[in-house]
Amino acid sequence: MSKVTYRQADGSTNTIEVPVGWSLMEAAMQNSIEGIPAECGGGCACATCHVYIEEDDLSKLPDLSDMEGDMLECVAAERLPGSRLSCQIRMTDEMGDLTVTIPSEQF
Amino acid sequence: MTGDVFVVVGAGQAGIQVCNSLRNSGFSGQLILVGDEAILPYQRPPLSKSFLLGDIDEQRLLFRPQSHFEKQSIELLLGTKVIAIDRSSRTISLECGRTLNYTKLALTTGTRVRLLDCEGAVNTQVHYIRSLNDSIALRNKLAEVERVAIIGGGFVGLEVAAVTRKLGKAVTVYEAEDRLMGRVVSSMLSEFYSDLHRENGVSLCLGERIDKVEVCDNTVQIYTNKQHSLDCDIIVAGIGAIANEEIALEAGLSCDRGIIVDNRCLTTDPDIVAAGDCTVHYNQFAGKTVRLESVQNAVDQAKVAASTMLSGDLVYEQVPWFWSDQYDAKLQIAGINTDYDKYLTAGRVGDNRFSIFYFKDDCLIGADSINDPSCHMAVRKIMTTKSASMTQIQENLDDLKSFAKQ
Repeated sequence: MSKVTYRQADGSTNTIEVPVGWSLMEAAMQNSIEGIPAECGGGCACATCHVYIEEDDLSKLPDLSDMEGDMLECVAAERLPGSRLSCQIRMTDEMGDLTVTIPSEQF
Repeated sequence: MTGDVFVVVGAGQAGIQVCNSLRNSGFSGQLILVGDEAILPYQRPPLSKSFLLGDIDEQRLLFRPQSHFEKQSIELLLGTKVIAIDRSSRTISLECGRTLNYTKLALTTGTRVRLLDCEGAVNTQVHYIRSLNDSIALRNKLAEVERVAIIGGGFVGLEVAAVTRKLGKAVTVYEAEDRLMGRVVSSMLSEFYSDLHRENGVSLCLGERIDKVEVCDNTVQIYTNKQHSLDCDIIVAGIGAIANEEIALEAGLSCDRGIIVDNRCLTTDPDIVAAGDCTVHYNQFAGKTVRLESVQNAVDQAKVAASTMLSGDLVYEQVPWFWSDQYDAKLQIAGINTDYDKYLTAGRVGDNRFSIFYFKDDCLIGADSINDPSCHMAVRKIMTTKSASMTQIQENLDDLKSFAKQ
């Protein structure tokens, strides 16, 4: 199983194993990782599960859909090149370990 | 705050948000969350969408794992029904015979489904979707049947229609009004959804009420007010919800088809707040008193309710929003547009990506967006910060996001 490290805005980290098929948002919720309210529960409808992906990991992820790209236009924290919605990234066998940073604000 | 006991009744979206907001705000007293279902608090929106389809399992519906409640010192009383509130002694009575003292009480009791009450309905197994068990029962049943009749062309009914079509079932939807989702969306959007469901093979019967249902040799027969009949294997009814206000009403709190709260989510008792689907409130964006059934209302009211329990000064003034997934159409609604006098469409319906803006007295009151999230988010921001005229929206259609920031 791949390991994902969630880094909070204050620098603290949690590393957890994420089952294949789970989204990075779901894994965070199920492991009590704070900072990802994900109000719509993964429907790509609320933009409150914004995370920053490390530059080196970006190529491992599924492509940004138009929908996700549009929602990222509206996130509360600054949109950076590594910005993704964690509900739209599902763990695959090939993805391997990842590190994501949670922004300081989601609203 | 030590010595305080805060009790939250109802472990849905609003209930869990009240608890999380209390702890995040530093509340260190005793915190008890009472829920009548015997499982950890879970999300309801997927029950008529991805969960029903079988894309995700139960565990993935949970808001938080058991350990979260332990870590946050949130005492969970699950499978526990509250039967009465005694405001004079500040206690609540549980069905099991226990009583709990509270210093502050939050009611997040949600709703229950309205039951089909036509002739024969009591003797027929009718499926509903409100709880996880409802959705599991329907999911299991769908694996065995071919013909599904859906009663009610609102969000729940139509989301179930989309899922059951995806599963390859024959689907008929009955809606008593002459258009779909008539209580919430404009006629233009109703029409878009009628076309969408018909294109996807749903048989739509608008303006048709169910007079009678009968079961004969495992076949369910439906008879309508238009003298039509249909044979099907199961009935799913999504005909609305009723606020769980009884314990509040019996305790003497003001209710009107929902527990009445002010903009601080206070009920008529200064020690009792309420939040979510079970409440009615005056909504500035609707310009009237409403009961909203949405994740947004549950979450935002819950944050306010938690603040009020802690004598904070948050008020509820968020722009209402809502979403629905049906086939490849993601609908996002901003504002409450039932009372518009003008509208403006941006994008093309044929492209399956468009938004409709609604105005009242030349002021933007909301927008429905189909597969157009940037527009939806921009409208939410605009409505939060300013009033916008139809001309202003028209002139800024190409870059609403910048207009929102101006």
